[in-house]
Amino acid sequence: MKSTLLVGALLTAITTTSAFAQAIKLADVAELSGGGATVGTNWKNGIDLAIEEINAKGGVLGRKLEVTHADSQSNPGVARAQVQKALDAEPYVLLGPGYSGSVKVTAPLAAEAGIAQIMGGEAAELTQAGNKFLFRTSFGQQSSMPKVAKYIHDDMKAKSVAVVWVNNDFGRGGRDVVTKELERLGSKVVADLSTEAGQADFAADVGKIKAANPDAVFVYLNEEESARILKELKRQGVTAPLMGETTLIGQKVIELAGDAANGARGHVGLTTDAPVDLIKGFRDRFSKKYNYVPDHNGLKGYLAVYMVKATTEKMGKVDSKAFADTLHGLTIKATEEPGILMDVTFDGNGDIDRQSFLVEVVEGKQVVKQVLPKLK
Amino acid sequence: MSNLFDLLVAGLATGAIYALVAVGFTLLWQTSQTINFAQGEFVMLPAFLMLAVMHVGAPFWLAIILGILLSMILLGLAFKMLLVDPMMRHGVLPLAIATMALAIGIKEAVKQFFSAEASPFPSIVPTGDISILGYAVSLQSIGVLAVAILAVFGLTTLLNRTSLGHQMQAAAQNPTVARIIGVPVERMILLTFLINAFLVALASLLITPIYLAKFSSGEVLGQAAFIAAIVGGFNQVRGAIAGGLLIGVLDNLAAAYVSTQYRAAVPMIFLIAVILFRPQGLLGRAEERTV
Repeated sequence: MKSTLLVGALLTAITTTSAFAQAIKLADVAELSGGGATVGTNWKNGIDLAIEEINAKGGVLGRKLEVTHADSQSNPGVARAQVQKALDAEPYVLLGPGYSGSVKVTAPLAAEAGIAQIMGGEAAELTQAGNKFLFRTSFGQQSSMPKVAKYIHDDMKAKSVAVVWVNNDFGRGGRDVVTKELERLGSKVVADLSTEAGQADFAADVGKIKAANPDAVFVYLNEEESARILKELKRQGVTAPLMGETTLIGQKVIELAGDAANGARGHVGLTTDAPVDLIKGFRDRFSKKYNYVPDHNGLKGYLAVYMVKATTEKMGKVDSKAFADTLHGLTIKATEEPGILMDVTFDGNGDIDRQSFLVEVVEGKQVVKQVLPKLK
Repeated sequence: MSNLFDLLVAGLATGAIYALVAVGFTLLWQTSQTINFAQGEFVMLPAFLMLAVMHVGAPFWLAIILGILLSMILLGLAFKMLLVDPMMRHGVLPLAIATMALAIGIKEAVKQFFSAEASPFPSIVPTGDISILGYAVSLQSIGVLAVAILAVFGLTTLLNRTSLGHQMQAAAQNPTVARIIGVPVERMILLTFLINAFLVALASLLITPIYLAKFSSGEVLGQAAFIAAIVGGFNQVRGAIAGGLLIGVLDNLAAAYVSTQYRAAVPMIFLIAVILFRPQGLLGRAEERTV
């Protein structure tokens, strides 16, 4: 009797262990509280939705996906500690964080452990440090700015451009790439204006833009400053078309700038308003599950999990060491893996190439005007 | 040339707002030796009071009236009775430090009750241009300039042409003698606090549509107005007006012709030069102190 019980217990233990071993473990470290709570919560919910969908269809290579979520409190120091803890549990892939600052301090840890990290940061420098384990879910500036420059040159037909940027890492990074690209395409930068973060008065800057009389103005500031300069541009009667990034045509900017935001155009890498059926489907499923419409961070989290699925199925095995090598140079087509939503290609640095969207503010609302194709 | 004209108009419009705030500095100093380091926050707060009134459903015009009245109660009456009067007996320095603490308190309270993010604020002047001397000038700049000039003109008329103004001046110049000849000095001092509150509320109404309503927006304004008051002359209303306009224009010209990064440094350098070569300010009166 005693021996039967012992054998039974052993068998149970073995079965449980093997079932546990079969699950593919992912670790997520995200901004679940603090200033980035909106970013992190969207990212987490996107991940959970994707895992639920994948597991409902039998998992990846017959194995279920499991994820643990840890809170970075939107603090790079905490993010580093949480990532170290997550890596100690030897996950298959690390997901997050969403803030570039947190990614910057955690990426060396994941690289040292040889674990691929799929994150939400967008600062240009993240993928330029030679880290072979870091992957983006959205455009970095080196991918988005060439598209912006191409649009200004080809579609806006601007021969002269005024570039207004905020004097910090974000602004300088974007300005450097866009200026280089504009010059390469043959559009002349006639005014190169640096502004300060938190600047309240843009009268002099707009005066300089007026004096330069450009065919188009590229605005690359934080959201509040974007709203202030939009108002000043309108106040001083600047009629040249305005082009920017998400920070120029975001909902908060539209709310702050009011009428002055109308007509501003911006390049957006990911938006749930995109005229793409698969994205509309994602938006509906997400809204149904969480009772709110996700922002682009929800899309990023969702895509991160499908990147894991597609790469693993490409390898035909669950091998965390070979994961990063396989994802470099990989193109994932939405026809083959609908969860990836749009065709995407990863380069040797972990940067992505994907179609994106040109959004214009019309009567206080974002309207997708054009789909910009992949660069290559 | 068109650019210079634009810069001058924009600079004068901003400078006129600085002047309103700087006049408040001089009024409080003249009548009660109060250096109010919360003056910038005094400009930030009325916009939020108006937004709060609008939030409960009041139209903009009513929000303006109630906002100004609330400002006069909080930033005039309550400021004088709850902070200035009790601290005054300890001297100028403790009072100045108390106003610094008040500035932090107001900022943090606004951040707590509203949000750390900026909010839009409607403009009393419509957008659009009018042509002056062949140049297109924005209606908003003209409107701001006109309202500020009107307010300053009204104030100087009150001070120089009415009996009330003469009593206020008497109370400021020599309170002891003023008391002997029957001037209600305490009431005159309270009146200057109320006038200061009215001026900052007006400045708030004019500047917030441009700067947006944000808890930290008073920092820049307070500093600029303080510099303007010293440059013009801390003990002269007309000095504060001249200083405000001068700093506004200088700031804009520096941003355009020197560099955006160093725009804040230019008024500071000017301030140092004024302190070195004309410490009483451009239009100020030298005051002698004896021990």
